[in-house]
Amino acid sequence: MDDDILQEFLAESWENLSRLDNEIVRLEKEPKNADLLASIFRTIHTIKGTCGFIGLTGLGGVAHAAENVLGQMRIQTLAATPTSISVVLEAIDEIKTLLQALEATGQEPRRDNTTLIAKLNDLAQGNAAATAGTGRVGADAETPNGGAPAHALTVERVPPVTVTPLVAAASSERQPSGTEIREEAEHTHPAAHDSGTGTIGSTEKKSVADLSIRVNVNVLDSLMNLVGELVLTRNQLLQLARGDDESKYAAPITHLNRVTTDLQEGVMKTRMQPIGIAWSKLPRMVRDLSQITGKQINLVMSGADTELDRTVLDAIKDPLTHMVRNSADHGIEPLDVRRATGKPEIGTVRLNAFHEGGHVIICIEDDGAGIARDHVLRKAIETGLVSEADAANLSDAQVCSFIFHAGLSTAKEVSSVSGRGVGMDVVKTAIERIGGTVDLSSTPGQGTIIRIKIPLTLAIISALVVESGGELFAIPQLGIVELVRLHAEERHKIERIHDQKVFRLRDRLLPLVHLNRLLGLPDGDSDHGDVNIVVVQVGEDRFGLIVSAVYDTEEIVVKPVGRLLKDVKLYQGTTILGDGRVIMILDAAAIITRFGGRTTAASDAPKLRDPDAVDNRNTTSLLLFDAGEQTMAVPLSLVARLEEFPRNRLEQAGDRLLVQYRGDLLPLLNLKGTDSSLSGVDLQSVIVFSEGSQSLGLMVDAIRDIIQETLLIRRRSNRPGVLGTAVIGGRAIDVIDTQYYLGQVNPNWFSERESEHFKVLLIDNSSFFRQLATTALEVDGFIVTPVESAVVAVERIEHGDRYDVILSDLDLPMMDGYDFAEWFRLRPEGTDTPLVALTSVHCAMNEDKIFAAGYDCTLIKFNPDEVTRTINRLCQPAQNKCGAHV
Amino acid sequence: MNRTATIEHQPIARDGISQQLDYENQYVSFWLENQLLGIPVNAVQEVLNPQKIARTPLARSEVAGLLNLRGQVVTAVNLRKRMNLPPTDVPVEEHMNVVVRYAGESFSLLVDEVGDVINVSGQTMERVPSTLDAHWKAITSGVFRLEGRLFIIINVEALFSQPSN
Repeated sequence: MDDDILQEFLAESWENLSRLDNEIVRLEKEPKNADLLASIFRTIHTIKGTCGFIGLTGLGGVAHAAENVLGQMRIQTLAATPTSISVVLEAIDEIKTLLQALEATGQEPRRDNTTLIAKLNDLAQGNAAATAGTGRVGADAETPNGGAPAHALTVERVPPVTVTPLVAAASSERQPSGTEIREEAEHTHPAAHDSGTGTIGSTEKKSVADLSIRVNVNVLDSLMNLVGELVLTRNQLLQLARGDDESKYAAPITHLNRVTTDLQEGVMKTRMQPIGIAWSKLPRMVRDLSQITGKQINLVMSGADTELDRTVLDAIKDPLTHMVRNSADHGIEPLDVRRATGKPEIGTVRLNAFHEGGHVIICIEDDGAGIARDHVLRKAIETGLVSEADAANLSDAQVCSFIFHAGLSTAKEVSSVSGRGVGMDVVKTAIERIGGTVDLSSTPGQGTIIRIKIPLTLAIISALVVESGGELFAIPQLGIVELVRLHAEERHKIERIHDQKVFRLRDRLLPLVHLNRLLGLPDGDSDHGDVNIVVVQVGEDRFGLIVSAVYDTEEIVVKPVGRLLKDVKLYQGTTILGDGRVIMILDAAAIITRFGGRTTAASDAPKLRDPDAVDNRNTTSLLLFDAGEQTMAVPLSLVARLEEFPRNRLEQAGDRLLVQYRGDLLPLLNLKGTDSSLSGVDLQSVIVFSEGSQSLGLMVDAIRDIIQETLLIRRRSNRPGVLGTAVIGGRAIDVIDTQYYLGQVNPNWFSERESEHFKVLLIDNSSFFRQLATTALEVDGFIVTPVESAVVAVERIEHGDRYDVILSDLDLPMMDGYDFAEWFRLRPEGTDTPLVALTSVHCAMNEDKIFAAGYDCTLIKFNPDEVTRTINRLCQPAQNKCGAHV
Repeated sequence: MNRTATIEHQPIARDGISQQLDYENQYVSFWLENQLLGIPVNAVQEVLNPQKIARTPLARSEVAGLLNLRGQVVTAVNLRKRMNLPPTDVPVEEHMNVVVRYAGESFSLLVDEVGDVINVSGQTMERVPSTLDAHWKAITSGVFRLEGRLFIIINVEALFSQPSN
C-alpha cells in the first residue's frame, strides 16, 4: 500500500474522529439535532469511502455498518437513544483500534468484527432482539402486527464485507498474524488516545496526528510571498556589499544570505506535494477505459512520492491525465491485435516520476502500437502542415512532433474523464507555460514514450538578465542553452536567408531574432560592436536572441502579469531586481511562436507551415495563396492537399487542363491571371480539392500561408468564383468560391453537398471505427465530435453542446444506443435533430426496434459516401443553421 | 490644493476616526487637463509622488509601465491616453500617482495634480451628458455640481474591465 496515501488517510481520520467523540456525546443530549447527525454520518462515510479506495476491507466493513445505523438515525427511522448510540460508539472505538494498529504496522490488522457488524446491522434493520430497548421510531404505529416496517426494506443489507479494493495493493503477503497486531495495537493505543493507563512515554512512535498539522494553503502562499520579498532584500544587500570585503556588514550579510536560502528552501518544502496526488484518479480512469474499450491495461506507477510545488502540480494535473488516457486509449491496441502480434494480452502503461537536476521528469510509456507514421502524415498533409512531396523526407521525430500541432489531434482526442476535448497541442502549451518541455518518441509496434521535464517550482526561478533597446529583461534559465558572443570582426558570420538572419552554430543553422525589434524598441545595438546571442530552446525549436548586453543570472521572484498586460503574450511574468527595478520576464515559448509565424510568412515556399497554435473554435483556418496580382484565401477545411507539379507535366485535353496524378487524371482549373504556360520544369502550385474518387486542382501562383482568423465575409461579390471579401490580418482579401470552380469541372459535384459545416456527433465504442469514420467525415467537411460511449454523449449534450446530426452505434457499454435515442428524443432539442443508427449487421428484425427508439434511419458500417449523402439529406431542412458563415 | 472648491477636508488615512465617517460620499479628487475628476475613496489605496516607471514594450498604449511599490508590482495607467486627452510635455515619471485597487490588483493612475478628499454628502450624482466623448462616457459613473465647478466621478470597474481602443 502506498505509504503516503496511508499517512494522509490516517491524519485525516484521526482529525475527524477526535471531533466525532464530542459530537456523539452531544447527540445523546440532543438526539434530534439533524446537523449533528449529518456531520457524524459524513465522517463515518468518508472513512468508509477511503477504506474502499485503499483496500482496507475490515475497517471499511465496520465503517459501513456504522454508517448504515447513522443513516437510519438521520432519516429518523431509528431513534438516537443512549443504547443505540452506545453501539455506534462501540463501532467508533473499534475503528480507532483498527486505525492505531494500522498506523503502528502499516498493515490492516485482521480482527474479528463479525459480532459488532451483526449488532450494527441488527440495529439498522430494527431487529429489537439484538438491541433491546433501542425501539424504532413509529414502528409499532406503522406496522401494528409487529413485523418489519415497510421502509426498512430500503435499508441496504450488509454482507460481512462488501467493499472491494479498487487499488490492487492489498497486501496478503505482508499480512502479519492477528496476535501480533493486537499486541501492537494495545501498545500504541493508550499513548495516543487514552491517557489513563499509565503507559504514556513508552511509545517510541508518535501518532501521525501529533506530527502533522493542517495549514491553510493561503497561509503558505502568503508565507511564500514574504520569503520572496526577503530574497529580494537579500539580493539588494548582496549587491550593496559586493566588492567591499572589508565592510563590517560582510559577515552578517553572508549569514543572512545563508539563512535566507535555507528559509526559502524550507518554505518551498511546505508547498511541496507528492506527484501521486495528481495521479490518484488515474487507476480508476484506466480501469473504466479498459471496460469501455474491452482492452486489458495495467497501469504501473512509480515515483509517486516525487515532490513538486503545488502550483506546478495543479498545472500538470490535466495534461497528465490526458496523456495517460491517450496512451491507454490510442496507444494500447485492442486485445485481438495484441494477440495477433504476439504481444502480452495485458497492455502496460508505465508512469514514472523522478528528480533530475532541479527538474522533475515524468515519463509516460506504453507498450502499444506506437505512432503510425502513415496515419499522422496523412492527417498532417490533409491539414496542410506539410506537403505530400516533403512528407517522405521527414524524420520520424519530425513526424511525431506533428502530434502536438493544433488541429491534428483535437478532433480525435475526446476525453471521457474530463468531459471535454483536449488535444496534445493543448497539453504541450500547458506544460510549456510552466517552463516545461515535452518530448515524444515512438517505435512502431513497440510503443510510445512521452517525457515531460518540468521545473520544481514556479515562484522563484533562476533567470538571465539581459538588456535590449535600453531596457532590461529576464529570460528564464531553463530555456537557455548557451550564450554566444561574436566579436565585431566576426559579424560577417551572421548570414541571411532572404530577410532572415541566421548563424551557423556548430553546423546547425540558428535563426536569429533582434529582441529589441521583436519588442518594437529602438535599435540600441549598433551595427559595429560585439553581438550577444542568447541561444534559447523550446522543445525542438532553437533560436538565437540578439541582445545588447548580458548581465548576471539571478534568482528572481516571479510575479504575475497584470491584467492590462495580459494581452501581450511575450511576457510570462514580472519581477523586481535587486536594485528595485521592475522588469519583464520573457516567455521563450511565446517568442518562438511569434517569430515562427514571421519566418513562415517571409519564406517563399514554406515547408512546414504552422497554423497559429491558438485553440479557438471560433476561428477558421484559411489558406492564403497568390493568384495573379492578388492574394486570395480559401478555408483550409475545403482543401484536400497542396501539390506542386512541373509545368511540362501539365497536359491540354480539349479545352481542359489535366495532370496525371496518383494513377488518375486530375482536372486543373486556372484562376484568372495565373501564369499557366505548359513548358519548363518550374513547379506549378496546385490546391487540390478532393471528394470520393473525384478531384480538382486549382492552379495558383504561390501558396502563402495558413492563418487562423475569424472569417467574416464583409461583402458579397458579383464576380464569379469569388465568394466575397474578408478582412484577414488587416487586409481585404478575396475568399474564393470553391463551389463555383467545382461546378465548372462537374456541375453536379456540389449539388447535394452542402455539408461542410454540419456538426456531427459520432458515438461508437471502437476507437478504430471512430478514427476511420471521423477521418472520412472530416474529409467531407463535417465537424465531427467522436465520443466512445452514450454516457459521454449525454454529458456533452447536457453540457450544452449541440449537433446537427447524431450517428450512434447501438451496441454500447453502460447505456446502449436504444436507451440513448429514447433519452435524446425526450429532450427539447431532441425532436428535430436527426438520429442515425449505425449497425454492424443489417437486420430487418431489429429495424422496428431501432425506429421505435427514435432513430430516423439506419446505416451499415461503413460506407462514407452513403453516410455523407444521408447526413446531407437529413440535414437539408435545417440548412439555415449552417450555411451562413462561408 | 487651493484650486478645489472644497467642501470638507479629509485625510486619506484609514485610522479609527475616519472609519466612522461616511466613505460612501467621499471621493479623492485630482486634476487632469484642468478637469476635476474623482475616484471613490474606498477604491483608492494611496497617493504617491512621482515614481520611476519601467517600460512595458508592446503593451496597449494606455499602459505607461510598471512601478515598484514596496515590493509590489503596480501597473501605471496613463489616464490621459485612456481618456483621449492630448499628451503633455511632462514625462510619465513626473506625474502624481493615485494608486487604485481593483480585483485584487493595484493600478496607478497618472494624474496632473492630486486634490483633496471631497465629501459630497447631501448631493445627488447626476448622469454625465449623453453627448460626452465616448472615451469619457465609458469610464465615468456620474457628475456632481460643486460650487463653480463640475466634479466628474470615474467608474473604476469600467476603467479596468473594459477594453480601450
